[in-house]
Amino acid sequence: MSTSDKFTFSRRSFLKTSALASGGMLIGFNLFNACKEEAKMPIDLSQLNYNDFNAFIKISPEGKVTIFAPNPEIGQGVKTSMPMLIAEELDVLWEDVYVVQAGLDTENYKNQIAGGSQSLRQNWEPLRQTGATAKQMLVNAAAARWDVEASTCTAKQGVITNANGETLGYGDVVLEAAQLEVPEEVTLKEPQNFTIIGQETANVDIDKIITGKPLFGLDYKEEGMVYASVLRPPAFGQVLDTYDATAALTIPGVIDVITIGEKTRKYFEGERTSWTAKLSQSDKVVVIAKSTWDAIKGKNALKATWKQDSEVENSELHDEKLMGILDGNKFRTRRKDGDIKKAFAEADKILDRTYESPFLPHNTMEPMNFFASVTPEKVRLVGPVQTPEEAAKVVSGLLGRDLEDISVELTRMGGGFGRRLYGDFVYEVAEIADVIKKPVKMVSSREDDMSTGVYRPAIKYRIAASIKDGKVTGYHLKEAAINGNMYGLIPNFFPAAAIENYQVDTANYKSNITTGAWRAPYTNFLASAEQSFFDELAEELGVDRVKLHMDLLEKAKSNPDPKIEYSPERLQGVLKLVVEKSNYGNTIAEVYQGLAVYYCHNTHVAEVADIVMTNGVPVVKKVTCAVDCGIVVNPLGAKNQIKGGVIDGIGHTMYGELTFNNGEPQSNNFNSYQLIRMGQTPKVDVHFVKNDIAPTGLGEPTLPPVGAAVANAIYKATGQRLTKQPYMNNLQAEKVVG
Amino acid sequence: MPTFNLKINNQTHTVEADMDTPLLWVLRDQLELVGTKYSCGIGQCGACNIHVDGNVMRSCLLQVSQAEGMKITTIEGLSENGDHPVQEAWKDIDVPQCGYCQAGQIMTAAAFLEKNPNPTGEEIRNAMNGNICRCASYNSIEEAIKVAAEKLS
Repeated sequence: MSTSDKFTFSRRSFLKTSALASGGMLIGFNLFNACKEEAKMPIDLSQLNYNDFNAFIKISPEGKVTIFAPNPEIGQGVKTSMPMLIAEELDVLWEDVYVVQAGLDTENYKNQIAGGSQSLRQNWEPLRQTGATAKQMLVNAAAARWDVEASTCTAKQGVITNANGETLGYGDVVLEAAQLEVPEEVTLKEPQNFTIIGQETANVDIDKIITGKPLFGLDYKEEGMVYASVLRPPAFGQVLDTYDATAALTIPGVIDVITIGEKTRKYFEGERTSWTAKLSQSDKVVVIAKSTWDAIKGKNALKATWKQDSEVENSELHDEKLMGILDGNKFRTRRKDGDIKKAFAEADKILDRTYESPFLPHNTMEPMNFFASVTPEKVRLVGPVQTPEEAAKVVSGLLGRDLEDISVELTRMGGGFGRRLYGDFVYEVAEIADVIKKPVKMVSSREDDMSTGVYRPAIKYRIAASIKDGKVTGYHLKEAAINGNMYGLIPNFFPAAAIENYQVDTANYKSNITTGAWRAPYTNFLASAEQSFFDELAEELGVDRVKLHMDLLEKAKSNPDPKIEYSPERLQGVLKLVVEKSNYGNTIAEVYQGLAVYYCHNTHVAEVADIVMTNGVPVVKKVTCAVDCGIVVNPLGAKNQIKGGVIDGIGHTMYGELTFNNGEPQSNNFNSYQLIRMGQTPKVDVHFVKNDIAPTGLGEPTLPPVGAAVANAIYKATGQRLTKQPYMNNLQAEKVVG
Repeated sequence: MPTFNLKINNQTHTVEADMDTPLLWVLRDQLELVGTKYSCGIGQCGACNIHVDGNVMRSCLLQVSQAEGMKITTIEGLSENGDHPVQEAWKDIDVPQCGYCQAGQIMTAAAFLEKNPNPTGEEIRNAMNGNICRCASYNSIEEAIKVAAEKLS
C-alpha cells in the first residue's frame, strides 16, 4: 500500500474529541475497531475510559502533547516508536511530546499485546491517521477564527500559518478544535516529508532508567502491600501431596501460609494440554510475608511432598521420541508442491540432514511478578504482562467477577521474549489476593522463574534435497517438536515456490512440559537448520553459496505464487547488501565467514558471521547484518533491536540448553545456565535497505538466521558441520583444523 | 530484630532486619531505592551492583550486617541530577532496551572508569563481563563506556 493514500472512511468511527475542564483538547481514538456510537469523551483526565477508547492524546493550551501509549513496552521500543507516528502527522516538535503508558480497562481492546513484532506494522496507518486527523481539526479551528478557507492554511511543528503569514499555535485553538466535527478525509505525509519518522529518537523512559526510578513491575509498591512467594511443583508431572508450614511460620516477617490453585484449575477444567492447564494442575503453597526476602526465606523453609500425576520425563526420552517421529511416517502435511517422491526417486544424489535443538527458558532479567488487590468493589492488577486483555478475562472468570470490575495497569517490563504472553503469574496473584484480601505482590525468584517456565520446545528437523543434473529438484522438510512448533504460514516461507517439488510435514510429541512462544517463535531454530542445510547443499552442488540463493530466488520470481509469505526481490536485496558490506567471499587470512539469509515476522534479513579461532575455539568477532524492514521509524531503536537479536541468537545457539531429569529442569539459575556475556559478543554492523515500504517489526527477525551464519563460519574454520544446538557442547575439539 | 545504621547516598538510615538479609532487599523493600535490581540473587548477573567504599559489589551477596559503617552508593546516589558522565553517555548512545539491567551496568562502568579512566576495548569487555544484559545491548554498552571515558578525560 502506498504511504500517502487518502483515507476517506469516516473519521467519526474511530475518533472523538472533548474540551478538558482543566484546559486543552482531548482526543480519544480506537485502533482496530470503531468507537461505540454512545461512547462519551471525558472532560477530566482522571476519567479516561479505556472501555470506549483504547488510546488518548491530550493537547494542552501551551501546545504540549501527551500521548497515552497503549502498547506494553517490553524493551522493543514501541513506547517510543508508536508515539513517533502520531507526532509525525500531528506535526509537532518531538520535544513537546510526552508519553504515558496507558492501562487496560477494556473488553473491546483486541490488540493490546506485544508479540510477533507486530505492534508497529499494524499501527502504521491508524496511528498516522489519528495524528493527521487531529492536525486537520486544529487547522480547521484556526481557519474558522481567521475566517479563511482551511485549505489556505498550513501547519508545521505545532504552528498554524495562514496565507497572510499570521500564525496561531496549536494550544491557541485547542478549545475550538475540540468542538468541531471530525473531518471525513485527511491526507498523510509523503515519506520524503517526514521529520520525526526516520530520526534517531531516544527511548522515552531513558532518564528514569539511568537514574533508577521505579518503572518495572518489581518496583511497584502500595501502602499496606504484602509479598508472596509461591512454591510450585519441582517437576513437570508432579502435584502437591502434603505440606508442612511449621518452620516457615516461625520466620519473623512471615504473615501466613496459604494454598491456591483450585480456582484456576476449575477455570481450565477439562483442558490438559494447554500451557495454562498444565501450570495449574497442582495446588501451590504460598508464603505471605512483610518483605520479599521474608517471603523467599519462608518458601525455602516449607516442607512439601509431591505425588506423580502424569509421566515425569527425561531429555533422553524426548530425544528418542522426536527421532522416532522423524524416522516414522506419521506426519501432517502442511504444504505439498509437485511430487517429492518422484523427485527423490529420480535423483542423482540426495542430501539428508537432521538438526536438533533443546528446550530454552526465556530468562527475562526481571523475573515474573505481579500485583493484585481484590476488594468487593474492584480487582486491581498491576504489573508486566504482554497480554493484559486475556489476563483480565481469565481473572474475571476464575474469581467469578464481572469484567468491568477488573483493571489492569501495565508497568514497563524487564524483558519479555515471549514469556509474558502467558499470564499464569497474574492468575496466581489474583487467587492469592482473593484469599488474603490485602494488596499483594507475587515475586518469583530466579529459580522459580527458570524452573516453572513456558519453554521454547525441543525441536528436531530432518531436511532432504534431491539433486538431478546439478540442480535442486526436490526439498522435504520434516519437523518433530515437543507439543508442536510450526504454524500454517511457515511452509510458505522460502524455499516454497523456489523448488518445484516441495513438501513440509510436521508432527509432535505431547509432553506435560509447558512450551510456548520464545523470541521469534517457530523460526528461531528452523532458520538455523534450513540455512545450514543450504550451505551444505551449495557445497554438494559445487556452486557458489550466494549464486545458489540468488538463482533459487530468481526461480521464485518467475513462478509467482500468491501464497508465499516472503518477497524474493527483498530477499535478494538483503543478500546483495550483506555480501557487499561484509566483503563475503573475499578471503581474509584467519577469518572465516558464514552466511544466512532469512525472512520471518514480515522482515527480510541477511547476515554474515566472521569468526576467528582462538586456542582452538571459534570466536564470533563480527556479524554484518542487512535488513529490509521497510521505512525505519526510529533508526536508534531499530539498531538496538537488530544488534540485540543477533547477539541473543548467538548466545542461545552457542550455549543455551535446558534439560530435564524426571520432569525436573536441570538448570535453575545463571550458574547452571549460560547466557551470553560481553566478552563473547561480536560487533554487529547494521545496514538497512532503503525504501518507502510500510514498516515491519524488528523485535525478532534478526535472531533466527544468526545460528546458521555462525555454524557455516565454524564449518569453514573447522570442517565440522554443526547440526545440534547448543553448538559449543557439540563442537569436537580434535577436529579443529583452523 | 536487630537494627543497623547504614550510610547510603550520603544519608544515614536506621533499618530493622534479620542479620542475613541481603542489602539488596533492604534497599528495595525498606528504603524504596528500587533502582538496584533483583535478577539472580546469587551474584551471577550484576543487576544489583552498588558501590561499597568505592568498589563494585553485588548487593544480593552482601548481608545487611556486613554493610554497617561502609559508604554505600546506589544508582539513585551516583549523581545529583542523573548527570554522571556514565549516565550521560548511556543517554547519548541510547543504550537501554528493556532497561532492567542498566543500573547495574552503569554502576559497574562508573566504578571501573574511576580506577581506569582510559581503558582499552579489551579492558572494558573484561570489566563488564560480570553483568548480564538479556536484551544483549552489549555493543551499545561498550560504546557508551568509551564515550564516558572521553567525557571524564
